[in-house]
Amino acid sequence: MALDEYEKRDFRVVGKRMPRPDAIDKVTGRALYGADMHVPGMLVGKILRSPHAHARIKAIDTSAAEALEGVRAVVTGADFPEIAPGEARNVRDNAMARDKALYDGHAVAAVAATSAAIARKALKLIRVEYEILPHVTEISDAMKPDAPVVQEGFVQENVPEGFSDNVISYHQYGHGDLDAGFAQADKVITRRFRTAATHQGYIEPHAALASFGADGTADLWVCTQGHYYVRQLCAEILQMDQAQLRVTASEIGGGFGGKTTCFIEPVALMLSKKAGAPVKLVMTRQEVFRASGPTVSSEIEMRMGMTKDGRITAAEAELHYQGGAFPNITVQFGAMAAFACYDLQAVQTRGYNVLTNRPKQAAYRAPGAPMAIYAVESVVDELCQEFDLDPLEVRLKNAARKGTKASYGPTYPDIGLVATLEAAQAHPHYSAPLGPNQARGVACGFWFNFGGDTSVSLSVDFDGSITVTEGNPDIGGSRVSIAMMAAEELGVPYESVRAVVTDTASLGHNEVTDGSRVTFAVGLATIKAARAAKREMCRRAAKIWGIDEDAVIWEDGCAKPAGPNAGKFEPLSIKEIAAKSSRTGGPIAGHHEVNAEGAGVSFGVHIADVEVDPETGHTRVVRYTVFQDAGKAVHPDYVEGQMQGGAAQGIGWALNEEYIYDENGRLLNPGFLDYRIPVASDLPHIDAVILEIPNPGHPYGVRGVGETGIVPPLATLSNAVSRAIGRRMYELPMSPPRILKAIKGG
Amino acid sequence: MAAAPVTPPHKPRIKVRLWGSLRAATGGKEVVEVEAANFKDVIDALARDYPALRPQIARGVSLAIDGVIYKESWFTPINPDNEVVLMPLMVGG
Repeated sequence: MALDEYEKRDFRVVGKRMPRPDAIDKVTGRALYGADMHVPGMLVGKILRSPHAHARIKAIDTSAAEALEGVRAVVTGADFPEIAPGEARNVRDNAMARDKALYDGHAVAAVAATSAAIARKALKLIRVEYEILPHVTEISDAMKPDAPVVQEGFVQENVPEGFSDNVISYHQYGHGDLDAGFAQADKVITRRFRTAATHQGYIEPHAALASFGADGTADLWVCTQGHYYVRQLCAEILQMDQAQLRVTASEIGGGFGGKTTCFIEPVALMLSKKAGAPVKLVMTRQEVFRASGPTVSSEIEMRMGMTKDGRITAAEAELHYQGGAFPNITVQFGAMAAFACYDLQAVQTRGYNVLTNRPKQAAYRAPGAPMAIYAVESVVDELCQEFDLDPLEVRLKNAARKGTKASYGPTYPDIGLVATLEAAQAHPHYSAPLGPNQARGVACGFWFNFGGDTSVSLSVDFDGSITVTEGNPDIGGSRVSIAMMAAEELGVPYESVRAVVTDTASLGHNEVTDGSRVTFAVGLATIKAARAAKREMCRRAAKIWGIDEDAVIWEDGCAKPAGPNAGKFEPLSIKEIAAKSSRTGGPIAGHHEVNAEGAGVSFGVHIADVEVDPETGHTRVVRYTVFQDAGKAVHPDYVEGQMQGGAAQGIGWALNEEYIYDENGRLLNPGFLDYRIPVASDLPHIDAVILEIPNPGHPYGVRGVGETGIVPPLATLSNAVSRAIGRRMYELPMSPPRILKAIKGG
Repeated sequence: MAAAPVTPPHKPRIKVRLWGSLRAATGGKEVVEVEAANFKDVIDALARDYPALRPQIARGVSLAIDGVIYKESWFTPINPDNEVVLMPLMVGG
């Protein structure tokens, strides 16, 4: 069973702050990102995008573009083969529209030409005849029975009646008697919340270089969080065997969930196939905003009852999420995660997923949880104010713990929420004095985490150095962490291990780098691969010594006779065994393939102090502290980085970031000047307090840390701002005009 | 001589808790019982005994076994002492 993995040990390498092997390349610009890839004879790809939010494509005339000198291929939706319904078909139809343009920025044609200038000129020569259709970009509008329907055929079997066909899925969770629970409360409040769609805001735009060979095989270089999934999707979309498509991931300039799928890769491949030459496609920043997935926007109604001593007696929430023109399951996770932090006798969530004429959403760290938990934690805070109760005391009183029946169904095993809350309560930040116009907010957060399919190969090279070959793009320092775990397990210096992310043809399948899974799952597979290599090295030593292999143990990086009866032999180091490996049976390697389970759920608590300027409505984050359980922090710098990065993104989500559409459904702010993500000067130093409560599902106790950090900031900031201005905020982002309006009683 | 028919091994009855919006597929039952010894048995039995669950099973499901979420590991053993909760297929960002 997965929960038997953990063994307590004294760590030699794990837990130290080792140098980052990729750091110099990244800060000097030598690291190769997606757009840096170049091959001889490469063409430049460009995409023509719809200026309309919703329009039928009546005809596309590409003849003038095709006739332009230097144009080698033009692609439209008609070039892609029909495939079975499912996510690959949705990705195909998002990558290139077929009958309808479904949002402002939806791709309708693409060209490959010998230069960017010719490609741009060719796009202008493509004539698209549109029939403009009524559009809908807001959730409540899209749900109305008479709303324009974005796409037909996606309504699932259990959606209640009374909505348009844009309402495609319904998810309900919970237990207990709500009426009885609310009857026990001293106060019951119902509040409505809205959160805007926000983009993951990665600095590196999407880029892909495709090269289709004459023999039907193809290579694709791409910036992605999951090149195996890119291969899976593209192979299905282009109707080719997965083995015929080799995908190599570049360094990645941020992903945060937004690079867990495909946007331009199938188009690059199809252009290359038609042109008979390599084609590189790189999105502009505007394209990234208009046509690669932001997260969902939400409208949430929350009802909660509490006794005057702070016990939550019942809670329910109705969540409406829109994720653009294609199906997604984000609201389902929101409905599951909403009340996961609390031990509730009566709780229910109801989630509705709604199609709109917006870009296809993509995952964004803990997809679905931040907005749901924002609403829950805001109401908890308001009730704390109502009864003049300490917000951390109330959370501790209601905190989920071992034996709590989670709002999404299971009974929790050992979990770390109470320890995290207690750490926050004991931290000096929580009792520090506040200045004028300042206030403090707190909130909890939760994410599920998972493991998934993972393959690792570990080679003991002839000089005794170690190469770990893995298949997950490194988005948060995983190569260092994996090398550290290999060094720990083998008993060798960290410096003698190199972890390499390989292509899809060189290793078994690996799931996407998501779900906070890589340090957990790839780390687990690396440890198991190292153990396999150790067994083999003990076997080789036994052969050299002429004793039984059971009489050899691995200790301190050496094979040693196991006890006096094994005989007296000098230990054989890994270098000595590796040097003799050709003569003792051949190269030595270990490998491990697994669908890793036992990732273990994750909780966090954030504290923020803000200062709100009552004249401008501007919010300054004065102090911020994150508390999170990492199980075991393999490389504390990276763990802190994940916690700080999640907080920074959540602060942006809470204060500034939003997709803004005009009345024609056109995105008004597709650039970093108008879509304001936090920069260094907007943020205080974010303190990160790592708790280490070992995860029983991992040999070293590791727990994923990548996603939970973005969940609490929305409510943490909202609670702080609400207390600072003396008015409760119910909508994100809390931009200065919105705060001023609240201050003035709007 | 014909080979004796092979009797399938006896499988214990397992209680499986469903999430709320699936209960319409089980006649309103929050907890159903199936004969199962592992993850795959549970999913197969649910699809067989409650055909209305098949669309969701086709979309993907996970199981929480004693509070630990298992994504799709078919041969994860299950016994009657385990708490088994059906969950959607987990993904992340």
